[in-house]
Amino acid sequence: MKKIEAIIREERLNAVKAALEEKSYFGMTVSEVSGRGKQKGIALQWRVGEYRVDLLPKLKIELVVLDDDVSAVIDAIVINARTGETGDGKIFVMPVETVVRVRTGDRNESAV
Amino acid sequence: MVNSGDTAWLLMSSALVMLMTPGLALFYGGMVRRKNVLSTIMMSFACLGLVGLLWVLYGYSLSFGTDHGGFIGGLNFLGLANVGQEPSSVYATTVPHLAFMVFQAMFAIITVALFTGAVVERVKFSALLVFSALWLTLVYIPTAHWVWGSGGWLARLGALDFAGGTVVHLNAGVSALALVMLLGRRRGFPNDAMEPNNIPMVVLGAGLLWFGWFGFNAGSALTSGGLASSAFVATNTAAAAAAFTWMIVSWIHKRPTVLGTVTGAVVGLVAITPAAGYVTPIAGIPIGIVAALISYYGMVLLKIKRGVDDSLDVFACHGLGGIWGALATGIFATVTVNGAGSDGLLYGNGMQVLKQLVGIAAVGGYAFILTTVLGKLVDVTVGLRVGQEEETVGLDISQHGERAYGGLLR
Repeated sequence: MKKIEAIIREERLNAVKAALEEKSYFGMTVSEVSGRGKQKGIALQWRVGEYRVDLLPKLKIELVVLDDDVSAVIDAIVINARTGETGDGKIFVMPVETVVRVRTGDRNESAV
Repeated sequence: MVNSGDTAWLLMSSALVMLMTPGLALFYGGMVRRKNVLSTIMMSFACLGLVGLLWVLYGYSLSFGTDHGGFIGGLNFLGLANVGQEPSSVYATTVPHLAFMVFQAMFAIITVALFTGAVVERVKFSALLVFSALWLTLVYIPTAHWVWGSGGWLARLGALDFAGGTVVHLNAGVSALALVMLLGRRRGFPNDAMEPNNIPMVVLGAGLLWFGWFGFNAGSALTSGGLASSAFVATNTAAAAAAFTWMIVSWIHKRPTVLGTVTGAVVGLVAITPAAGYVTPIAGIPIGIVAALISYYGMVLLKIKRGVDDSLDVFACHGLGGIWGALATGIFATVTVNGAGSDGLLYGNGMQVLKQLVGIAAVGGYAFILTTVLGKLVDVTVGLRVGQEEETVGLDISQHGERAYGGLLR
């Protein structure tokens, strides 16, 4: 089992979600996050002058899948989240030790 | 003889000016970081409590009581003694004395609230309360007497201030600057981005200020007739001109910001305040345009070039706006609008500009010196500034034990 964490542009969420749904990956957790990468930041204005905001709003998608599904999920995210500009985000994949479905108490593969 | 039309208008105007203080609280509260929203709002709102009490106890008496040497009023109205349902023989002689008294109370309240914008995000609340009580007593009350009190020396000199350009705005603006000099910058200023937490709240506050300002300026006619109408239109025109000017200047530099446009409106309202009932309504246009330019470039010089952390630009808005407004009164005033006023420079009376300059220098100088002395006094006794950790955590939690946007559950 692997956890996939993808940081994406806010406006790409619907496309990514639709693509995952098409492949029958329904479950996910989405949170609003702030971060920075090569895109740096943007300049905002005060009454006079400007100030830089170097943390930009992004969305973080988290989902846990079986090992065999990892590359299909990554492909779906990459294809749909990409614009080709800096700021498209990153994907992190990490091992998961245990999964428990709260409703039934099922564990691991049957709980994913 | 009580006139019911005048009384209705003055009571309504008092309520309008009262609403400006919560309006100011929202205007200021939206501009600070989210950890200091409530503390910033409280600094204004608390004035409704503190000054609202002190004013009826002794503030009104020392400002508007029997004159002593042109400098201070007497004790004859202490605790509202002799202030009743009959008109005063001197002030607003067509409305109950109580109505005039409460109208003046609202001015004292908002003046104290105004300077708090300079010291937000780092001033200790207890120290601010002590300072505010001292400042009301030793700065606002005497200067209000000089300008508006019967027998006040600036009133006798002939310096014009229709609704408080010097007493309210210059006073608050200069004192704000003096207080910032004592208090120092916020931790992290100017390197850290200090983002306004809620600009829509700033707009709501500015809207309430503009609305309430009709009571402030048109109410200062103290009657409900032509003069009030003239001041009303001059007020709206200056606000419009300044808002539009600020928007264009901001656009020339980059984009037409919302924060800048509403700031422009407030600065225009500041500048027309002393002039509203002495100038033609159309004079609101040049007064508003120049006010926005002076305040905009004043902010650039003071905050960006010099790094002075007058956090919400009280000096640039109210100090500079107040100075320009007082001068503009000396330039644009005409007795055709108000026979109780004087002609200004444009109507052949250059002396009026000099009288206005005396008013600016006297009130501004006095406010700066007294604020420095009183601020120092409070600093060595109570301590003006919160500790490092309290400032980092934010004043909402450290000073008031509350937070503006709490709770994980919806």
